Amino acid sequence: MTMLDIRDITKRFGGLVANDSIAFTVEAGQIFAVIGPNGAGKTTLFNMVAGTFPPSEGEVAFDGAVISGRSVAEIAQSGLVRTYQLVQLFKQMTVAENVMVGFHRVTTGGVFSALVRPPGVRRQEREIREKTAEILEFVGLSHRADVTADLLPYGEQRLLEVARALAAGPKLLLLDEPAAGLNTEETAELARVVRKVNENGVTIMLIEHDMGLVMQIAHRIAVLDFGRKIAEGTPEEIRAHPEVIAAYLGGTEGYDD
Amino acid sequence: MKSSLTMTLPDTTSTRSGLPWRQILLGVLAVAIVVYSFTANGYVVTVIGFAAIYALFCTGLNFFMGFTGQASFGQNAFAALGGYGSAILTADYSVEPAVALVLTMGFSGLVALIVGYPTLRLRGHYLAMATFALGLITYEISINWTDLTQGYMGYSGIPPLGIGPYYADSPKAQLAVIFVLLALGVIAAARLKNSRFGRACRAIAGSELAAGALGIPVARYKLISFVIAAVYASAAGSLFAHFVGFISPEVFGTAMVVQSFTMLYLGGIGTIAGPLIGAVVVSMLPEVMRGLKDFQTVGYLLLLLAILIYAPRGLHGLLERILPDREG
Repeated sequence: MTMLDIRDITKRFGGLVANDSIAFTVEAGQIFAVIGPNGAGKTTLFNMVAGTFPPSEGEVAFDGAVISGRSVAEIAQSGLVRTYQLVQLFKQMTVAENVMVGFHRVTTGGVFSALVRPPGVRRQEREIREKTAEILEFVGLSHRADVTADLLPYGEQRLLEVARALAAGPKLLLLDEPAAGLNTEETAELARVVRKVNENGVTIMLIEHDMGLVMQIAHRIAVLDFGRKIAEGTPEEIRAHPEVIAAYLGGTEGYDD
Repeated sequence: MKSSLTMTLPDTTSTRSGLPWRQILLGVLAVAIVVYSFTANGYVVTVIGFAAIYALFCTGLNFFMGFTGQASFGQNAFAALGGYGSAILTADYSVEPAVALVLTMGFSGLVALIVGYPTLRLRGHYLAMATFALGLITYEISINWTDLTQGYMGYSGIPPLGIGPYYADSPKAQLAVIFVLLALGVIAAARLKNSRFGRACRAIAGSELAAGALGIPVARYKLISFVIAAVYASAAGSLFAHFVGFISPEVFGTAMVVQSFTMLYLGGIGTIAGPLIGAVVVSMLPEVMRGLKDFQTVGYLLLLLAILIYAPRGLHGLLERILPDREG
């Protein structure tokens, strides 16, 4: 089953073509990585998928429905949840509360239910607390539950972002350079968590610079360079692909002429 | 994530020594103030009454500024709506004060909804300026629409609070009603804070991007928390009108904004107890400083500066450091 279908999307910023009719599909259950040198258009692609801005041409379909043109919140509501390259935690809230916010999508209740607290809402709050504890256990942050988020070391902030996204019960999780700024140990821990999340049935698409991480966890990889998709395949295929090697080793003679 | 783990979060009120000492201390202080105010003379009753009304106002403002992280320099507009609304309805149209209170709260909420819809698209300084303008416009209206508000002359003959045959006919009885309403307001704020809605608001303060990416409708929630703050401000304005029996434009002027901001930041913005602590301390300080005579204002400002420098998260933050919530 196709989870994400990217149909020839193009993005122009004035005269700059950031993405040039890119197409690929992410199948349910996959870990799909998008790699490419700086400025290749990875983040632009990501933002179009998540709904930060619409594509100039083409469209994105998620879980069978076209989502291009919908707002970020609407897209999130349909089960596509993203994390950010620069960690966007709710810094004044505790680690547990950050995860609790993640449940927003899959819970209900506004001002009225907050004030009256009918039994259903109280039950829901209890469930949120229990599931939050489970998720923190899952990513290995249980011991930090009551710490204010901005006091966490960077590696744990990343994990917390993943934990918070998990709370939203995503069908597809978009990870924007999850290993950026992490040391080797932290990256290994992250890889372990991402794989575990995937094994629990969440499809994952990530942008990443850390080739070691990508080759280790991705089932399928798309390579972008200068806004175009230059290759797609399994890690083994990508490793051996001449254009990819050229792009990464700086040999751009291939397209200069 | 279908694991059968049953680990629960630590009880949020537990402390190192097992008892929530900070909450106990604050509770004892609150009870002490209430008891003291009923044994004190008329002037003290007035000061404490104003403090309690400001505490209600600040509790609402804190929801918008402390929890949702937005700036409003114009909440005095809604206090004016409440105050004048209650004054006009009860003095001219003989509406029950309790009914007038609820009606004006609803009206203020509606105005906040209409005004907030376009205004809350602005952010940061622009939002601050727009809301500041809102306060100024309301002030000008209250001066110039003399048919309605009696302008500078002010509005007098406002009856005390009450419902049906029961009237709070003494200042102390009025104070009791104000305390009850303040308690309700604080309980409501605490319930909102620790709810799906309140967490979402605090998430917006932390990162609008991430809040949106988790499916939180950022614009709508900002608007709702603006309306909540306006409803609190309106109630505070109505209570003031009934408590004093007289209002004029100056009551709801820019000084009110400065006063409430001082209370919020001094008490500890973004907490439930902070606005209450701030309202009490800022209301009491001038009285305590009275002995300094000519240097009263200087002493007051020096103390404010000292608190803001040495307790940047307010008095509640200071208290939290001395009596922390949890281990770790």
